[in-house]
Parts: sequence; structure tokens; C-alpha cells
Amino acid sequence: MRKTLGLAALAAVLACGGASAQQVNIKIGVLSDMSSLYADIGGPGSVAAAKMAIADFTKDNPNVKVELISGDHQNKPDIGSQIANQWFDVDKVDLIIDTPNSGVALAVSQVASQKNKIFIVSGAAASDLTGPKCNANTIHWTYDTWMLANGTGTAIVKTGGDTWFFLTSDYAFGHALERDTMAAVEKAGGKVVGKVRHPLNTNDFSSFLLQAQSSKAKVIGLANAGGDTINSIKQAAEFGIVKGGQSLAGLLVFASDVAALGLPTAQGLVLTETWYWDMNDVNRAWTKRWQQERQGKFPTMIHAGVYAGITHYLKAAVALKGNVSDGKAVVAQMKSMPTDDPLFGKGTIRADGRKVHPAYLFEVKKPAESKYPGDFYKVRATIPADEAFRPLKEGNCPLVTG
Amino acid sequence: MVEIFGIPSQALFGQLLIGLINGSFYALLSLGLAVIFGMLNIINFSHGAQYMMGAFAAYLLLQYSGLGYWPALIIAPILVGITGVIVERLFLQWLYKLDHLYGLLLTFGLALILEGVARNYFGSAGLPYTVPESLQGGRNLGFMFLPNYRAWVIVASLAVCFGTWFVIERTRLGAYLRAATENPTLVRAFGINVPRMITLTYGFGVALAAFAGVMAAPIYNVSPQMGSELIIVVFAVVVIGGMGSILGAILTGFGLGVIEGLTKVFFPEASNTVIFVIMAIVLLVRPAGLFGRRG
Repeated sequence: MRKTLGLAALAAVLACGGASAQQVNIKIGVLSDMSSLYADIGGPGSVAAAKMAIADFTKDNPNVKVELISGDHQNKPDIGSQIANQWFDVDKVDLIIDTPNSGVALAVSQVASQKNKIFIVSGAAASDLTGPKCNANTIHWTYDTWMLANGTGTAIVKTGGDTWFFLTSDYAFGHALERDTMAAVEKAGGKVVGKVRHPLNTNDFSSFLLQAQSSKAKVIGLANAGGDTINSIKQAAEFGIVKGGQSLAGLLVFASDVAALGLPTAQGLVLTETWYWDMNDVNRAWTKRWQQERQGKFPTMIHAGVYAGITHYLKAAVALKGNVSDGKAVVAQMKSMPTDDPLFGKGTIRADGRKVHPAYLFEVKKPAESKYPGDFYKVRATIPADEAFRPLKEGNCPLVTG
Repeated sequence: MVEIFGIPSQALFGQLLIGLINGSFYALLSLGLAVIFGMLNIINFSHGAQYMMGAFAAYLLLQYSGLGYWPALIIAPILVGITGVIVERLFLQWLYKLDHLYGLLLTFGLALILEGVARNYFGSAGLPYTVPESLQGGRNLGFMFLPNYRAWVIVASLAVCFGTWFVIERTRLGAYLRAATENPTLVRAFGINVPRMITLTYGFGVALAAFAGVMAAPIYNVSPQMGSELIIVVFAVVVIGGMGSILGAILTGFGLGVIEGLTKVFFPEASNTVIFVIMAIVLLVRPAGLFGRRG
């Protein structure tokens, strides 16, 4: 009898405690490319952004305790899914975030779905993540290939660049970007006259550039990223591609790539991003804090996406009173709550897992226009949130079509 | 227009020339490796990192002392060569009597450290470096547009390769070197300072890598991983040519550049793999390499 009373008292105490401030324990893993071509667009910078998101959130919510770990997937899908499995099973990680390289992201998305955990993609681009390969455990935050294609591709066709030749990185991301850009170009009335697919991490593009040159296409679309894009643009300048009347369309260019090229080579390049460090005072202040850990570097939209993604996830976790073991339920909660963070403003997450916000068409400044380090872009156009991403019904996501 | 395998012959000539230019980088790098292996019996896995150091040195010289491409082409290899000499004195000289594996492990570890340090300070995206003004632009050869810089790459690389081959195979100094690898004790008995000669040879091999790095800086992305991306291919070139054979390294370097270039036209997806396929075939048919001596 006494035992029963004791238990009842204990239960009462626990119930009261829960009502006031329940202790919430979360474990987050940043899975990224830490040591190769994407390490500057994600990598350690994403870890720095994650730390900032956690510090900001736990300051206002002292009952939330977050542990952060990070891993290097080396751009290999098998290593990526192996780490994801270990994190979910052994290390009890609740959320994996970032993961540039679409090949790896698609693999990790599968793992998250099987284990009913959560995966927020900021670094990878393939629009398949919210298309045919979507699932109820994955959210695609920052950008995707459809949005890049729609932003840059449509803008260039409108200004007269109506015949295209593609240099495409030969893996999931490149194929998706090429497919989505071809669709955007053809929809806007342009034509694709040829393409060549090169292996990831190619050093010399001169052979491919010659093929592009002899195709006589007005625009050479670079459906690649990181070091591959830098090498393509650097060598295109050398081979007189732009002087010969053809123009380059960098379909995925980051601020770090522009820094690596230098403004004399990169000037005039048109590109689409969803976040730029020098857009407004909030972004500049955030960048200053970020730079305390990443001195001399500039954050990319992927870093901003990691910050915003973690912030929204933690809000959902608190709304669920720390009950985050059911990944699908947490993602459903995240979709039902409107998003609101300092970097992307107010937004929503759609049924297919696509986070929706405006995108911006930028042009790289001329060296004379750039006044201080990192002063890279001027805004050419703003694409409103409801036009920036692929319409929900066109994605063929089973979550939407049923 | 004449067509060969469905490709206009003019386009094909362009691709052959491009292949030759890329081959000159393979030749320069595999030459350094072959010199080091032939004379020191060390498999220098840090060769790629030393190539990267050459490109970084060119960038730093420009950034901090305003020295452009041409001075860098001389100074960077000397500076990096000196680091090579230090490495040889501190570490490598103790390993000559041991199995190849020890030298390989040491230089591999060094490469990882050098890359990690560079990534830590400069990030992985890369650093800007432009083509020197005197070599900008290009000329139209009729079948292709040849940038002046690429023409310079091929000329410089041929000159350096020929010079190195000549010194080692045709001069008295080269004869001493080759004799010292065969029988160091006997050569020392003639009053020649063999250890110093070996040290300088390693320094020279490293300087060759740095030279290739400076040559690459204006056209390839200058990033910490630029060496590790290339070094695997270059090792395949050396293995195909025959470990330690200088002429073999040069000829295979140029030859494989051309083959890779043609692959980029007919089957671009395989252009990263074709060299390894050739390596596998050569190892099956001639395990000592195309120009290697069986020993």
C-alpha cells in the first residue's frame, strides 16, 4: 500500500515537472564533406553554423540540451550511409543535417526513412529529394536543382541565350541539374544542342570546352559544382570562349567559388542563390559571428540553411515536449508550423518536404565595383517564394500524389 | 571535311594537341617521381603535395611580395626543393636500407599533413591565380584556338624533360649518379660525396614537382587537394612506363595524355578510368612496365 502511494506521489511530481520545463535532450549530427571539393561550401562552416543555431536556441530555452557531432562522408554514398546507420543506431542521433553531394544525400535519405529518423538537407541539390525519391523523414531546406535551373536558365534564355550546350558532372546531382535546366530552357523557348558528361573532380576541361566551342551553342551551361566549376570557368576564359561570343552559365556557383576564381575571371557571371551574406544587416551581423570561427571566409547559403534548419527543428522538438523518437511525427510537426528565422524570414515546408522561400538572381561584380573583401554580387532580380521552387504537383512525390 | 570515327578530322587534331598538353603535366610529374625512385629507391607519395606546394608558393609570392609568374617559376621550385632537402636529411636518409614500404608510408603521411595544413589555412575552395599578361590570349591554328599559355606549357615541359634526361643519361654528373645507385660504396671510394648527391637529387625531384605546380596555377584550380587528385594518375603513368625509367616516364606521360584526351571525345564518362585500365593491361603483359628493365 505504502509502495503504491509512493509511486503515485512520484508520478504526480513528474507530471508537474513536465508541465513547467521539461528537460529535452537532442543529438544532432552534421554529415558533410570535411576534406575535399565541397568542404568550403559545407564542411566545417556548417558545423560552425550548427553551433550558432544551438547556442541561440538554448539561450532562450535553457531546458533544451543539444549534443553536436560531425562526420566526413568523403563524397562516397556507401561511407555516408554507413555513418548515418551508425549515428542512428549506436550513437542515438536524432537529426542528420547538411550533406552536400546529392549521391550521398539520396543514400542518407533512405537510411533516415528506414530508421524513422530525420534528415534535413541543406548542402545537396538534386530536386529528386522532394520528387520521386521524397519521403516523410526528409526536408530539403536551402535550394535545389529545379530552383537553380528556373532562376539562371530562364533568365538567360530571356536575354537571348537560346541555344545551350551542357558540361555535366557525371553523378546524381549533375544529371538532375542538367535535366531540370533542359526543361527550363525548352519551356522558355530555347534549344539544347549538345552535352558532355565528365567525371567528378576533373582537372582539365579543355577537351570538353573545345567540344562546346565547336557546337556553336550560345550558352555553355555548367551543370557541375565546386572545383569542377572553378576549373571550367578558369579554362573557358583561357580558351577565349567568352571573347568568342559564347557565354557561360554557372548553374551552381557559391560565394566561395567566386573567391577562388577572383573577380577578374568571374565578373559578369549570372547565378542564383537563396541567401547572400551581404544582403542586409541581419545577414552581415550573423556573418560576423560566424567568422569568429571561420576567419577570413564567407558563409554560403548552405551554412545559412544549416542554421535555419536546426532552429526550426528545435522549435518543433520543444512543441512536441522533447518526444522526438518518432521521426515522421517530428517532420509532420515541422511541416505544420510556419518557419521563421532571422536568415530566411518567414516561410513554410510543403508536404513533399520542400522548404519554400524567395531566391535571388545575382550578377558577379566587376573588380572596380567591389569595395571590400567578400563584396561579390549585385542583385538582378528577386524570384518570389511561390515561383522559386517546382510546383508541388509537378514533382511526382508519392507523399503528394498518394 | 574528312571524318574519322564520326568526328571531323579537324576537331580530332585539336583534341590530340590538347591531350599532348595535358600529357606534359603527367610527364613533368612522373619525371620527378622516376628520378627519385631511380636514384633513391623511394616511392615519393608526397609528390602531389609538393606539386600543390609549388602552386601555393606562387600564390603566396604574388600575394605577399608582389612577385609575379616568371620570378615564381624560378623561386617557388627552389623554395620547395629546399623543403625537400630538409625532409631527406631529417627522415628519408634513414630509410634507404629498409623496405620500400617505409619510404612510401613516410611520404604518404607527409602528404596528408601538408594537405591538412593547407586546407586549415586556405580552405578547400581554392585561391585565384591568373595567366601572366605576356601569355594571355592565343592564336587560331585553323583547327582550334590554342591559348598562348598552353603552347608555353608544352614547350617548357619538353625542354625540362629533355634537359633532365640529358643530364642523367648523357653527362658525367649523371654517370656518377647512376653509378652511386648501383654501388654507393665503390663510388665513395673514388672520393665522391654520395649522401650529398642523393640529398640534392631528392631536392631536384621535389623542385620538379613544384615547377609543375607553378605551371598549373594559372589554368587549374589552386586548392589543397589539387595534388592528390593528380598523383594517383601520375603513379599509374610511372608504373606503365616502368618504375625508375626516365625516358619511360616522359614518353608514357605524353602518350597517356593523348589517350586520355581521345577518351574525352569518344567516351567522356570513362576519361578518369582509362589510364587505370591501360595500367592493368600493361601489368598483365609486361609486369616491369613498357620501358622497365626486369630486375
